[in-house]
Amino acid sequence: MAEELLKIENLHVSVEDKEILKGLSFSVNKGETHLLMGPNGAGKSTLGNALMGNPQYVVTEGSVQFAGKNLLEESVDQRAKDGLFMSFQNPIEIPGLSLSSFIRSSIENISGNRLKLFTFRKELKKAMEVLHMDESYAERDMNVGFSGGEKKKAEILQLLMLKPSLAILDETDSGLDVDAVRTVSKGVEEYQKDKDGALIIITHNMGILSSLKVDKVHVLIDGKIVSEGDASLLDEINTNGFGAFEAKAKEG
Amino acid sequence: MAKEKTYVEDIDRSLYDFRNKEGKDTYKLKAGLTREIVEQISDEKNDPEWMRQFRLRSLDIYNKTPMVDWGPAIDGLDMDNIVTYVRDNKKMSANWADVPADIKDTFEKLGIPQAERTSLAGVGAQYDSELVYHNVKDEVAEQGVVYTDIESALHGPYADMIQKHFMKLVPPTDHKFAALHGAVWSGGSFVYVPEGVKVEIPLQSYFRLNSPGAGQFEHTLIIVDKGAYLHFIEGCSAPKYNVANLHAGCVELFVGEDATIRYSTIENWSKNMYNLNTKRALVEKNGKVEWISGSFGSHVSYLYPMSVLNGEGARSEFTSVTFAGHGQNLDTGCKAVHNAPNTSSYVNTRSISKSGGISTFRSSVVINKNAKGSKSSTSCQSLMLDDISRSDTIPAMDVRTSQADVGHEAKIGRISDEAIFYMMSRGISEEDARAMIVTGFASNVGKELPLEYAVEMNNLIQLEMKGAIG
Repeated sequence: MAEELLKIENLHVSVEDKEILKGLSFSVNKGETHLLMGPNGAGKSTLGNALMGNPQYVVTEGSVQFAGKNLLEESVDQRAKDGLFMSFQNPIEIPGLSLSSFIRSSIENISGNRLKLFTFRKELKKAMEVLHMDESYAERDMNVGFSGGEKKKAEILQLLMLKPSLAILDETDSGLDVDAVRTVSKGVEEYQKDKDGALIIITHNMGILSSLKVDKVHVLIDGKIVSEGDASLLDEINTNGFGAFEAKAKEG
Repeated sequence: MAKEKTYVEDIDRSLYDFRNKEGKDTYKLKAGLTREIVEQISDEKNDPEWMRQFRLRSLDIYNKTPMVDWGPAIDGLDMDNIVTYVRDNKKMSANWADVPADIKDTFEKLGIPQAERTSLAGVGAQYDSELVYHNVKDEVAEQGVVYTDIESALHGPYADMIQKHFMKLVPPTDHKFAALHGAVWSGGSFVYVPEGVKVEIPLQSYFRLNSPGAGQFEHTLIIVDKGAYLHFIEGCSAPKYNVANLHAGCVELFVGEDATIRYSTIENWSKNMYNLNTKRALVEKNGKVEWISGSFGSHVSYLYPMSVLNGEGARSEFTSVTFAGHGQNLDTGCKAVHNAPNTSSYVNTRSISKSGGISTFRSSVVINKNAKGSKSSTSCQSLMLDDISRSDTIPAMDVRTSQADVGHEAKIGRISDEAIFYMMSRGISEEDARAMIVTGFASNVGKELPLEYAVEMNNLIQLEMKGAIG
């Protein structure tokens, strides 16, 4: 029997008093990869932000259990300590703080232990190699002057270093060229396989998926899940787009 | 998630706030400023006659000069209550063991002797009005480097050099507190670095004001000869009392041809201090002055290090960070005067204000007619940590030649909620996230300081950021 990691029940979320998620439920087991797909504005990113605890996203109803805890009662940093991670669409720039010292602080905060510099450097170097990141990025200011692609890679680098039990990847593939998508996918695959990490991948693009094993696909339309299935659902979306799902949602 | 801002009265300054009782041996003049008091100081110091006259002339100028009226209010400063001269009844020592126990204890808590052992070429430690300790490493002294207190130097082989330079760059007529300084100055350092000598490890002076209601008026005179190099660091601290204390020090730097002085300051006066300090450098042909400054303490500060670029190709760099918290009004900045062709000045400042603190950046760049081909670039950034704090930028430029390149850029910002959310999503607490952003913001100065000092500065920032949020 698979171990349940995340359980979302009847989740309602509003942004600036406008309801975006209107009663969403699904569960993710340990090590599983879920795809959350749907047209723009369906509420995909809202789910990620609400789970991670972005204060602009207000949960008005429903419950979320994560790793046996009531996730919604936890502070954002505690959620990270519990093993949740989200890669941002637009990562923040922090002048004067190097990428490596930020990652090191993160790891130390999450684990509660001091990290040996030597061990850390070795692991960081290895992870950067997987992502074809130039070593110099480690000592550069966090995301400052990084290209869109480098910023996304820096997010996946943190995924590999922090080793969460569940990672939400919010449009990680958007705005990347084919090669970069391939590299990022390789990083995600590494996380999936070597760290036995669970994933919720938010996307409307198939590129990142080609090499990943997918356990479940959820189609989100207008704040509700209208269809769920295994990876074969992808073929249907590939062929017909979201039109049929949207029509189904309207019929309600 | 509703965010409530709380605010904490004052930070834990226990490291700096321990006070020593004035010992029975403490010699302290009466409060206020009279001719008798100035004469007493002069007697006490066994001044040469010209210095005695200089003091009295400065007192006259002080009495005739009006109070400054253009910056933060200094009404809380009543000169009749300021004690201008306090010293322990012991003489200065070059041997740490001879420093009186309570004073030694103070400096040991501040890590001064430790720092000397590990990373400094020489140390001076001033307690209230007098230097209590002065020492310079043998290998530095052997190169002909002089590092001593000014009082001793006034009676030694460099007496003429001092007379030639003392308060020539900052004359007593400059402003009221320069006149005050001229009348009651005491302690401080004299440094001379001979031609071509490069002092690779820094010299340091540490100023500690312990007595309540006292003033500290140390004078730092540094002369770096042709092609020489010096890094001088000053640190300042004081415990907090309920009465106003005053710091009106004066720093004069003479930078010879092709010479460089790096002058670093980490100032953490207690928050009852009026810090009215004057610093100035005269830079000859192809010489360079680098001011590095971190201002964290004091109730009110007026601090604008000035570089006079007198020789062709002379350069000035000014890098600073100012952190104004509750009850602090810190008016800081710099001045550059371009007096020769192809001179350059570069200014990079950061100011942080929090819990109602006021931080003002004031700068003045003057490019004279003959300073053709000169360049000046100023960049100042401010970070406000809440809605009740203030940050202002007042740049002034006076450019008298068309053949100069002058630029100015100012930015005022806040820490965005997105940034905090982002960092927290990586397991970092809100408090730590803010502290990390502020530390990063101040890294322009942090990365210019020797490691031990950068660490101390970052600790100060962490301390200031503690309890900044609820």
